[in-house]
Amino acid sequence: MRKLFLPGLIVVTAVLLIARLFYLQILDDSFKIKSDNNAIKIVYDYPERGYIYDRNGELLVANQPSYDIMVIPKDIKNLDTLEFCTILNITKEDFIKKIEKAKIYSPRLPSVFLPQLNKMEYAAFQEKIRKYEGFYIQKRSLRDYQVNVGANVFGYITQVNDAIIKKHPYYKSGDLIGMQGVEQTYEEILRGIKGVKYRQRDRFNKDIGPYKEGIYDTIAVQGKDITLTLDVELQKYGEALMKNKRGGIVAIEPRTGEILALVTAPSYDPAILVGRERSKNYTALYNDSISMPLFDRGLLAEYPPGSPFKILTALVGLQEGVIDEKTQFVCNHGFSYGRGSFMRCHCGGGVRDLHVGIYKSCNAYFGNVYKRTIDKFQKPRYGVNAWSGHLKSFGLGNFMGYDLPPGRKGHIPTSNYYDRWYPNGGWRSTTIISNSIGQGEVLMTPIQLANMMATVANEGYYYTPHIIKKIKGQPIDKKFRTKHITTIDKQYFKPIINGLFDVYNLGTAYGSRVEGIEICGKTGTAENFTKINGKRVQLQDHSVFVAFAPRINPKIAIAVLVENGHYGATWAAPITSLMIEKYIKKDTITRVDLERRMMEGSLQAEYDKVVNGFYFEPKDKKKDSKEKTEVTEKNKGDKKTGTQKEDKKDDSQKNNANIKVTATDNKQKPKNK
Amino acid sequence: MKNQSVINNIDWITVIIYTILVIMGWMNIYSASLPIEETSFFDLSQTYGKQMLFIILAIPLIFVILSMDAKIFEKYSTVFYILGIFSLLGLFAFGKTIKGQTNWYQFGGFGFQPSEFVKTATALVLAKLVSDTQINLKKFKHQLFALSVFCFPILLIMMQPDAGSAMIFLSLIFVLYREGLPSWYLWTGFIGIALFILALVVKPIFLIGFVLLVMIIHFILNTRITRNPIIYGIIFVLITGMVLSVDYVYETVLEPHQKDRINVLIGEDVNMQKEGYNLNQSMIAIGSGSWLGKGYLEGTQTKGGFVPEQHTDYIFTTVGEEWGFVGASVVIFLFVCLFLRIIYLAERQKTKFSRIYGYCVATYLFTHFFVNISMLIKLFPTIGVPLPFFSYGGSSLWAFTIMLYIFIKMDANKVNEW
Repeated sequence: MRKLFLPGLIVVTAVLLIARLFYLQILDDSFKIKSDNNAIKIVYDYPERGYIYDRNGELLVANQPSYDIMVIPKDIKNLDTLEFCTILNITKEDFIKKIEKAKIYSPRLPSVFLPQLNKMEYAAFQEKIRKYEGFYIQKRSLRDYQVNVGANVFGYITQVNDAIIKKHPYYKSGDLIGMQGVEQTYEEILRGIKGVKYRQRDRFNKDIGPYKEGIYDTIAVQGKDITLTLDVELQKYGEALMKNKRGGIVAIEPRTGEILALVTAPSYDPAILVGRERSKNYTALYNDSISMPLFDRGLLAEYPPGSPFKILTALVGLQEGVIDEKTQFVCNHGFSYGRGSFMRCHCGGGVRDLHVGIYKSCNAYFGNVYKRTIDKFQKPRYGVNAWSGHLKSFGLGNFMGYDLPPGRKGHIPTSNYYDRWYPNGGWRSTTIISNSIGQGEVLMTPIQLANMMATVANEGYYYTPHIIKKIKGQPIDKKFRTKHITTIDKQYFKPIINGLFDVYNLGTAYGSRVEGIEICGKTGTAENFTKINGKRVQLQDHSVFVAFAPRINPKIAIAVLVENGHYGATWAAPITSLMIEKYIKKDTITRVDLERRMMEGSLQAEYDKVVNGFYFEPKDKKKDSKEKTEVTEKNKGDKKTGTQKEDKKDDSQKNNANIKVTATDNKQKPKNK
Repeated sequence: MKNQSVINNIDWITVIIYTILVIMGWMNIYSASLPIEETSFFDLSQTYGKQMLFIILAIPLIFVILSMDAKIFEKYSTVFYILGIFSLLGLFAFGKTIKGQTNWYQFGGFGFQPSEFVKTATALVLAKLVSDTQINLKKFKHQLFALSVFCFPILLIMMQPDAGSAMIFLSLIFVLYREGLPSWYLWTGFIGIALFILALVVKPIFLIGFVLLVMIIHFILNTRITRNPIIYGIIFVLITGMVLSVDYVYETVLEPHQKDRINVLIGEDVNMQKEGYNLNQSMIAIGSGSWLGKGYLEGTQTKGGFVPEQHTDYIFTTVGEEWGFVGASVVIFLFVCLFLRIIYLAERQKTKFSRIYGYCVATYLFTHFFVNISMLIKLFPTIGVPLPFFSYGGSSLWAFTIMLYIFIKMDANKVNEW
């Protein structure tokens, strides 16, 4: 028995040790990770981001070197803090705070001490860097904008957040990523692929050579340059015209679907989102919920399109055979489509055919066309579905699939939509008559309007609008070279184009003619609403204009939206004509007065009304708005007092009542959201 | 003629296992101490170069031992023992203090640790004493006599202080048990240790309650021995006293670093950058080895030098990291084979002296092996003892070599014993 004690103990112990080893080495995975964390340091080699050019080869976005000062707190030795702070122009308190922060992150690992020095700051610091043990410089590449326009088109570069890292394992904390605009769409092309080096390090965090002789290392792939379809001169001009206004301009080359200009106003200089001030500036832009500079109105602003939509009403009518060029309707300063139901018209009244109907923008004419279209079918639901089918072939009511952030779908109602509103049936063509003049449940974005004009210019087809022209070494996406043919036959576009042409010669845009260029266009006013103190109130109409030019062999299709600009002819039409002139003539603008008036004109007073609690009052608009502006000025100081809030409430109630009375022309229908 | 017979009678299995272990040990020291710059194998400025020298110098040592008269070890055991004791005493005057421990003599570039050799001397003296026909380990007086043989060096080594080495001597109690020491010595030891650890983890009141319960059950079931309630009472009072004094002992008697090591083991909240660092890095190195390890010379923990003292007490972490579970198991298996072989040979001895000595060798090696490896994998508090044949160091390599080959010589010589 005693003889067996020691051998037994030895065997039991050995089994115990092996079992323990089995647990540690095989069953428990955590040590493998801890070991990698300990010993393997991943070093990334970031390639330079690709450049961005405009359609004429002008460099828009390049890169600039930037220098981060990195610190390893543990390695700081014999630092002359005063000199150090003086060179970097920081206070001692700042210095202590930053060092503490770095220490909290890790005393042994590098962290950013001072990010994004420019060349000058770097030069001053670099001379002394050797004296400052524990500090070193890490070079990075930042965007260098060559132009101060197009911020909405370019997007911006930012550090990835945790959500992105989780979704895309490519990105590691601290990496940069393109957000919004082409920086986002073409992120992978512009970015390239970063190189990875696995370095082995010892317990002092010292590099002791490549891990496994570098078999896992990869080489960085440079980012590719891209060329945009943007005409930067036109873009600059558009942004200048939209100064002090809110709205958007979308210009498309009909022949190709290339986006020539995409203006949103207000905008900002893309350069302010680079460098040390980036996060401060971004927060300011982001928090500006009043003028919303980050809201790309060209893609995101959904409104009832108003009169430009009549073009589509007419095309559908022609295609469905319910009218032809010569069909006439009588306008009695409006259109009586049922008992007590009357759609007013400002065209002057009289007998209207298609041509006159278009250039005079006769509501009654198009109300009739629409009614006929829907009533052609046995049931209104078939009519509506046929109608919306035609519209969808124009790319309406859906994402267009352009290579920018997706924007909004807009809305083209189908029978299902009305069945939901009228579950017991009973809706008819007259119920939804407002659709005929683009006021009902129809919603469109400026880019959809521009694309509609491009389609009309092309007489029945369009290419998906796109911003990319060339990617170094790669043909552009096939979907941008595929023709989308509408359900409207080519022959029906001719009379429409003639009507649009006379909008300039005889109609609503007479004042915006351009000598030597035949423009086809259409004015519009888009009603819009907002909520003030929880109440839905109507604001001043948006000024809308759509056009293409020249009439023969069109080079540009354009949509202009000026928020709260009232009539289409007031702001949008002149701006459109100037844009067209600029693009087609290329040289100086002849109508200098008009140009100055547009550039200097400001709608700020109109916008301030909403902020101050005053808004559109349909009764005698002009006079009223003037009065209100005055009141606004007076009350600005005590805006936040309780009594004024009371006043505002009273006001809004009163105005609501007014709207109900006067806005009957378009409101005989379920309220769209 | 005589040499011839020794060569023929040498137990080659033991020699082969020894050789394999020494070579494996050197390979791991090479990996653990390999600098980034390329150097030659035999570079005396490098740790692995020195170890190579120690190994080479061990070869003549082996021949000297094998050619000596086997009788000398028994005859002069007392002399060796007294020399050993003096060398320990001499440390207090001439020793070199490293990290608070005075357990080295420094000769030029090389250090010499006498306690390593005292182990062998103690084993010889113990064997000689216990093999005396006059000695009966059932007698309390003789028990004290035998125990004092290794308690004296323990006392001196504790004063260095070197608790690890002292503990190794304590393991000789297994040898005495084999030779007839009553089993309650072992039980007392085991129960004492168990209670000490439990008292640190569990609240004393629960532990005392548990002990009381066990004793009552034992009292009821016990029919063989006289059921004297007074003895039970005394034992209970002793245990209670011990349990209650554990905290006091822990707080005042133990050194702070010893407390840390126990804290780390019983899972108290410890700082992984400070007192928990060694164990944590050691576990990471071994635990990241997986089945086949990261490959020889490929261990990231080893190359990065994360495990402190990796070439000495922590050498087994290199095995675990670079050779994985399979490699570590093979090493453990080889050690176990060696121990069992020595015990087998010891039982085969014709004289009681060489049997007891053989047992001492097996016990020493096993205790080193167990304490060393189990402290790396969080089974035992961190105690600085080398892994025989593996750990870097001339003193320990030579001491273990001498210890083992004296037994091999005795074993080979048994044909001459009558």
